[in-house]
Amino acid sequence: MEVVQLLFEGVWAALQPLNLGLAFLGVVIGLFVGAMPGLGSVNGVAILLPFTFVIQQVTGSVSSPMIFLAAIYYGAMYGGAISSITLGIPGASTAVATTFDGRPMALQGNADRALVIAAVASFVGGTISNILFTGAAPLLASVALRFGNPEVFALMLLAFATFVGLGGDDIPKTIVSICFGLIMSAVGFDIISGAPRLLLFDSTEWFSRGIQFLVLAIGVYGIGEMLWTIRSSRNTIKMTSAQISMKRIVRALLWFRSCWKGTLIGSFLGFFVGILPAAGATPGALMAYGVTKMVSPRRRHFGSGEVDGIAAPESANNAASTGAMLPMMTLGIPGSPTTAVLLAGMVIWGLQPGPLLFTDNPEFVWPLIGSFYISNVIAVVVNLACIPLFLRVLRMPFSILSSLIFVLSVVGTYAAYQNMYDVWLMMFFGIGAFLLRILDYPLAPAVLAIVLGPIAEPTLRQSLLLSDGSWMIFIERPIAGPITICAIILLLLPLAGLLWRLRRRA
Amino acid sequence: MRTAEFVAAVAIALFSLYLMWKSGEGPSWDPDAVRFANIGINVNNEGPGSGFWPFWLSLAMLVSSVAIMVRCALRISPLARSRDVYLDSQGKKMFALVGGGLLLFLLLIEIVGFYGAMPVFLFAYIRFLGKHPWWLALAIAVGVPVFCFFFFDIAMRIVLPKQYLEPLFLPLYEIFL
Repeated sequence: MEVVQLLFEGVWAALQPLNLGLAFLGVVIGLFVGAMPGLGSVNGVAILLPFTFVIQQVTGSVSSPMIFLAAIYYGAMYGGAISSITLGIPGASTAVATTFDGRPMALQGNADRALVIAAVASFVGGTISNILFTGAAPLLASVALRFGNPEVFALMLLAFATFVGLGGDDIPKTIVSICFGLIMSAVGFDIISGAPRLLLFDSTEWFSRGIQFLVLAIGVYGIGEMLWTIRSSRNTIKMTSAQISMKRIVRALLWFRSCWKGTLIGSFLGFFVGILPAAGATPGALMAYGVTKMVSPRRRHFGSGEVDGIAAPESANNAASTGAMLPMMTLGIPGSPTTAVLLAGMVIWGLQPGPLLFTDNPEFVWPLIGSFYISNVIAVVVNLACIPLFLRVLRMPFSILSSLIFVLSVVGTYAAYQNMYDVWLMMFFGIGAFLLRILDYPLAPAVLAIVLGPIAEPTLRQSLLLSDGSWMIFIERPIAGPITICAIILLLLPLAGLLWRLRRRA
Repeated sequence: MRTAEFVAAVAIALFSLYLMWKSGEGPSWDPDAVRFANIGINVNNEGPGSGFWPFWLSLAMLVSSVAIMVRCALRISPLARSRDVYLDSQGKKMFALVGGGLLLFLLLIEIVGFYGAMPVFLFAYIRFLGKHPWWLALAIAVGVPVFCFFFFDIAMRIVLPKQYLEPLFLPLYEIFL
């Protein structure tokens, strides 16, 4: 009962005009950075972190700056879907899976429906995970605490196996894409031994900083996909002009009934994946998409505008963003890149993230949890109210839109890393991605791989160090074992399918 | 398409070989390091070496690209059977214009900075490639850089490079910063 009372007090504190204003501002900024290709929640939060010191000084409260940043994080999860659906470019890596079905649905002239489903699924995912967060925090934290390196690596393996087994793309090409991303993530310095490695073409100035996730992601999605769209549309296809009115929004809301399954899978799976240290919303959304596709009787329609294919990743990325807050606040381990920045912020504001936070700083914790609920409501309302505005993007002639996206990609890459090497590298990746895209190489696995690489490699190496080089560590441990076996089954699934077809032919 | 698929697979295979070679390289401060000494699973009892991860992944990439080549040569893959052209003349023209335009845009940034290159790229792209009216092209070509200046340089304090146009911005900094 105490939790309920604390929660009510927290919601009340979050409803104070100042906190409410900060949450609203954060959500609007979040929607914008989420929707902007190249800018994601992590950029928004990182860029605005210095501004929160001003908020802290003005309000004298430690929870207000955090409410603002958490609202950006939330808003970006909603915003990412907007560009995934209307442009076919994920606004953030967390919304990659939303393009798979959101884009086809928009091209069929149902962009409004896709946007409404994305918004409502995000809201449901966010709300379910908020309730889980509030209720089960200590218990779930202790489960996540038991995850060691072998468990985290097993989970990474499962994420890639999902791509190979369920991705539906050409398998050798998917493997090439995954390996490419993972190798690119290793460029620069070996974080364990400190040795420089893979300085391609022996160039320290280009590669000693490593290859950043956004450089590949913006190259692939901002340049490569745009070139590909120009090539396949030949500038003749007009973007579908969607009719939008309150009536259509309400009708789309009724459609939401048919995707409760994907939403529920996404909400729970997303939350759990979010809790796992360093997994975050991107693998959460991709896994939710994969699992929903696997269990759906309509799995053949996935990829061509299936409602569950939008609801699952969208509920999952919101659920995961709340889930990722849990280990950050209770254990001091960030559950995603964005929460890593938030964690840095908390330390600077003078808080000690860890198990004692809940007992030592209730005046920080509960208003923040209360604000999760409030921000979620603000985000769904602002998002639904602004759908007509987002749909205007679709009506823009493609030659204008593409020029703007090219410019934003170049400027965004520079703004993120502030050097021209990364901008050139982004362009080369983009042009290469376009040339490979024509040959049906899937590119999303490479983007996911470069994000997960820096987590997967150390966990693998430390696990093998622990086991003196024995791979059995991934099978023998009680939690890692089942996950690894699931991953192996998924990896072997296409092979089994091939053998089955050969036998039938024989 | 068949030739293109094959050529791309060969290029990827060569790149994988290069990456494997590069992964085996020892750190530059240790000239005695034996190449490929760092790719083992338990190097000096310290677990996998620095080249372990990239080396074996590059090998996986090499194997996959060989698989693609074989399927292509045997005409098993859908692309190897497709009659589509990789890039037809119109596609090539588009690629040269847009891809070339983007590279020129970056070159221009290196000379006259973001705020010099952006209007030129936007105007040329919208007016000549998009064939939109000149006033629209001009409005976007001016509007976008102005927005970027206030968003990045002023609000976010991310100073975009100006190169040779730097002196023109000094008065603006005086006013807004």
